[in-house]
Amino acid sequence: MADPKPANLSHTIPYHRSWLDQCWEPGIVLTAFIFAIPIFTIAGYIFLPSGDIWQHLVDTVLLTYLINSILLMVGVGLGTLLIGVSCAWLTSLCEFPGKKLFVWTLLLPLAMPAYIIAYTYTGMFDFAGPVQTMIRDLTGWGYGDYYFPQIRSMGGAIIMFSMVLYPYVYLIARAAFLEQSVCVIEVSRTLGCNAWMSFYRVALPLARPAIVAGLSLALMETLADFGTVSYFGLGVFTTGIFKAWFGLGDSGAAAKLAAILLLFVFTLVIIERASRKRAKYHHTTNRYSKLPQYKLTGFKALMAFLACLMPLFFGFLLPAFQLTLWMLDTYSEMVDASFFELTINTIALGLSAAVLAVVLALFLVYGRRIITSKAVVSSIRIVATGYAIPGTVVAVGVMIPFAWFDNVLDSFMREQFDISSGLLLSGSLFAVMFAYQVRFLAISIQAVESGLGKIRPSMDEAARSLGYKPSDVLLKIHLPLMKGSVLTALLIVFVDVMKELPATLILRPFNFNTLAIRAYELASDERLADSSSAALMIVAVGLLPVILLSKSIFSSRAGS
Amino acid sequence: MYKIKLLLITSVLAVVLYTSAIAAEVNVYSARKEALIKPLLDKFSAETGIKTNLITAKADKFLTRMINEGQNTPADVFITVDAGRLHRAKEANLLQPINNSIIEKIVPAHLRDTDSYWIGLSQRARVIFYAKDRVNPAELSTYEDLVNSKWEKRICIRGSGNIYNQSLVASMIAVHGKAKTQQWTNALVDNFARDPKGGDRDQIKAAAAGQCDLAIANTYYYGKMLSSKKDDGQVAAAKKMGVFWPNQFDRGVHVNISGAGISKYSKNKGNAMKLLEYLLSDEAQSWYASVNYEYPVSETAEISGLVLQWGNFKSDTLNLSKLGEFNSDAVKTMDKAGWK
Repeated sequence: MADPKPANLSHTIPYHRSWLDQCWEPGIVLTAFIFAIPIFTIAGYIFLPSGDIWQHLVDTVLLTYLINSILLMVGVGLGTLLIGVSCAWLTSLCEFPGKKLFVWTLLLPLAMPAYIIAYTYTGMFDFAGPVQTMIRDLTGWGYGDYYFPQIRSMGGAIIMFSMVLYPYVYLIARAAFLEQSVCVIEVSRTLGCNAWMSFYRVALPLARPAIVAGLSLALMETLADFGTVSYFGLGVFTTGIFKAWFGLGDSGAAAKLAAILLLFVFTLVIIERASRKRAKYHHTTNRYSKLPQYKLTGFKALMAFLACLMPLFFGFLLPAFQLTLWMLDTYSEMVDASFFELTINTIALGLSAAVLAVVLALFLVYGRRIITSKAVVSSIRIVATGYAIPGTVVAVGVMIPFAWFDNVLDSFMREQFDISSGLLLSGSLFAVMFAYQVRFLAISIQAVESGLGKIRPSMDEAARSLGYKPSDVLLKIHLPLMKGSVLTALLIVFVDVMKELPATLILRPFNFNTLAIRAYELASDERLADSSSAALMIVAVGLLPVILLSKSIFSSRAGS
Repeated sequence: MYKIKLLLITSVLAVVLYTSAIAAEVNVYSARKEALIKPLLDKFSAETGIKTNLITAKADKFLTRMINEGQNTPADVFITVDAGRLHRAKEANLLQPINNSIIEKIVPAHLRDTDSYWIGLSQRARVIFYAKDRVNPAELSTYEDLVNSKWEKRICIRGSGNIYNQSLVASMIAVHGKAKTQQWTNALVDNFARDPKGGDRDQIKAAAAGQCDLAIANTYYYGKMLSSKKDDGQVAAAKKMGVFWPNQFDRGVHVNISGAGISKYSKNKGNAMKLLEYLLSDEAQSWYASVNYEYPVSETAEISGLVLQWGNFKSDTLNLSKLGEFNSDAVKTMDKAGWK
């Protein structure tokens, strides 16, 4: 910042500020507000009176739910960090047999919905399942004669979530490791660090914002889950929200719980920010060359191989194998013409939601870059909390304002023109799409943010001074530079939408089905084998973008 | 400005015309899952030429949706898998009286609303399954007796979030009152062999495998296990278990219904009524029994196969509105007892 008045720069060049440029700030705030309406709606319910139900929850189950939620988050946090960061480090800076394959196969568990893996593992390893039955048949033991870990327990839930959610950490952490300048690592080595120390003292702190971004996605997804925890019989916050709202019919108490959940998320974000203090991590050099690769041999290579194989095996290969076995048994009955319609629906829905989420995120995040007003910053922060809200609650938050709008318009049309406009937005794919944005904008914002953050502001200034409009800077300079981040956002939102269940279930129009709905209806009816075709199709459809995109995501490293 | 207004009006008109152009149809909000209702709807369409439109989800969520949609709701028929939710729909002013003499003749009085706002379509019995090799059925008698200390750590049942359990406890409250039911529930939880988890089939499987000796579950799950073509494990597990009909010498087995009501703002009431009549026809009623192993509500419908083999039983004739009335008391009772 040598220039004392950089702001004046734009006035010295032949560039006319159009009325469009003035629209950035109100445009961003308005967009953010629209997508925050469901969040405000839920928050508004807090002020509804909720008499004895709230007290009843406090007296009986609330403490258990609180403790369980915290245990689950700590466990899943540690699990995803351990797997995600170590695999990311190994595949970006070490050389060992199979590494090239692991780079993208480690993403595969992302395509596996948590409830599907939970049902599958229970089917295989529960007391009445084939594995334990075989043990009993072989040994003649009965119940209580031997120890076998309980799948449906807190520990089991932590493992299930960790296995399908670590790819969030892995994906973002690996991209961060790859983007690190080679210099810092070389310098650390010349200053006497060994490989472990330069990882711990240099690479890890530099990648920390990215790792935390991935971690927070994993944790928010854990908090919002209902399918898995309810099958495992674990009472967590979501259980409480459902119990209050639907079991006891008290929306006020449910909203109070949802608000506590949000508070939880905010606290986490604040703690992380505070622990980073004022330290900011920027690269000060642009010198990139091929990253040093630690050649691992012998025992070390074997350990690295196993460390990457384990999550892939347990998070993907084993459950996929079991699902395939089931599918071979049942596909003749379960796969028909309607099955392919489901597949097309699911893909179309995922693609359009992903594109929309990325376009919105680009608009919001870039807007914040050029206009750093308080209104802009805080409105974006509010929109990004939607990911932690359970899908059902988001759905209700969408339903209420949409139906209100429809009904007001309808009565207006009736009075003025004596015709009924009926329900225009409610029960339409528009409502479904809107709910996806509320829920998944956080992901695309997160990814675009990390991409944009790495582009130095001097680039913008140079482009602007050469006569580019703000939108040109975004499209012609930033977009090509952060292709990797944008693709990451597209991929994750696409896969998440494919797995999404509760919001689709209740907001969809008549006769519209998705793969996730088919899989869940059958699985929750304890028809695991019948649900396997739909579950495998979700995985298969998710596989393709994972394979296609992993290449471009990871090849986006500057200098290579 | 004028042009914009014109455009708006034409487009709204177009939507309205489009919707009214499709005449013969009926819109169904169903808490019965797609696989368990669509075949019947398809048959209905084939017979009558009336198109059926379907969405499936949990009943509670449909209640929220219908409340918000108000008088513009597209729903004509609301199908649930328990009486409690239908009762709630009635209380929330979402249904209209059916008042159809054909229907009322088929459905026994205790299986429909006293004011005719909803009706049962099929019956589901929640019974006690016992491990044949470890339990002598003569030891069993009533739901009340499940708290006997001889069953300590021997009972498997699913979680308190499940509506069938909530209804069972609600029926206890209807008979014994809150205080006594609380004692019963506390003692029952003490007799659980494990923390509740999984679905009804899970309980039967766990008991068959020896984790517990009694399982409380709905009979149609047992039927589906026995008839499973693909999974020999399920068949073997089910064969190890016997059905016990509790409370045969007093009020009878606890039954719930899968039932339906007609939306208060239904725009296809005639077609909705035809659909309900069809669902109560002998053909549809027998389908419930032969395909999903439920019990028909119609006495004239023929029962075949497995369901017939389990024999006759006396069922509780408590009016099912009571299950709805006491549902939230039941949830509270279970929470207090520490039923997970």
